[in-house]
Amino acid sequence: MSAHSTAIGVSSKRGVWGGGNEPLKASYGKLMMWFFLLSDIFTFAAFLITYLSIRVSYPAYAGPATEFVGSNEYWPIPELVFDAIPFVHGVHAPLVFVGLMTFILIASSVTMVLAVEAGHRNDRDDVVKWMLWTLLGGITFLSCQAWEWNHFIHGSEGGAVLTYINELSQNVTETVFGANLLVNEYGPASFANLFFFITGFHGFHVTIGVILLFMVFYQAAVGVYDRRGHYEMVEKIGLYWHFVDLVWVFVFTLFYLI
Amino acid sequence: MDIQENKSTLNVVPRNNDKIKKIWKTALILLAITAAEFVMAFTMPRGIILYVLFMALTIWKAKYIMMEFMHLGDEVKPLIYSILVPIAFLFWLIIVLIKEGSDIFSLRWF
Repeated sequence: MSAHSTAIGVSSKRGVWGGGNEPLKASYGKLMMWFFLLSDIFTFAAFLITYLSIRVSYPAYAGPATEFVGSNEYWPIPELVFDAIPFVHGVHAPLVFVGLMTFILIASSVTMVLAVEAGHRNDRDDVVKWMLWTLLGGITFLSCQAWEWNHFIHGSEGGAVLTYINELSQNVTETVFGANLLVNEYGPASFANLFFFITGFHGFHVTIGVILLFMVFYQAAVGVYDRRGHYEMVEKIGLYWHFVDLVWVFVFTLFYLI
Repeated sequence: MDIQENKSTLNVVPRNNDKIKKIWKTALILLAITAAEFVMAFTMPRGIILYVLFMALTIWKAKYIMMEFMHLGDEVKPLIYSILVPIAFLFWLIIVLIKEGSDIFSLRWF
């Protein structure tokens, strides 16, 4: 514990119930961040387990992968849905782009932990350097996700012929391109709805994270933490940022691999 | 306001290369596991064995992120358990909702 913790003066002026002691040998801020993250773990777990539950309520596509066509009768093979990369049109590159996104997010998690480590040493230059890399990683990830969503919504060249109930409650059979909340060319409506909702909620967390990262980067750069005497804020935002990475690891497995 | 001298007033501790090496080592493990998952997605037949392997590898990755990157492993034991024990309840939810989903499958398609 002591090797990693940031030294924070426990003021004798604050009472035992006013933050004047450190239960579990962790500072108030870190402890509260952990409890917030625990509640967020439950939120994401509820979403992801719902995904699993709906996933097993549909048959999986059984035929050979080369003959895959989207249908709302069965769940699609993820690698055949997410097979495009930016700037290269019509190339079948299954999971390459999401693999890259995962790589970027893990890399930004690594630079974040290096920033936290530098914070333990009160090394402002290193904190600022690694916070900047983390910030860049977060923004790159968000941009990738925007492209991914855009591609998912617009869909493939051919689309898929589906029979479904449209917004006027009519039973129609037509070629569907891309995805919306009512119908999508890849699989059952729930497939796109869960994709939008869960990756959207994760992306929202990343967005909040990028804003917080920028604030901490700025405060570290202008020396707020030097005057405060400790770099605990870097540690707290670090916990949040690693959590975002942690959730993505599960999203990656459930949406793109299984 | 005077222009402040842009220097740290705190005592800067020099880098401890062992610690930094450990961070990079953990990063390599995470990337290796992700790469292995990526390869497995294309080489192994789809089925329950592959899915269980994916989940096991994912939880293994989660362990590294929480214990090493979030330094949960360095906290005191009661704090570790107050985070991990509530998470353990989720395994029950997973079992229940997968059962529920497969029952809906049976009702809908048979």
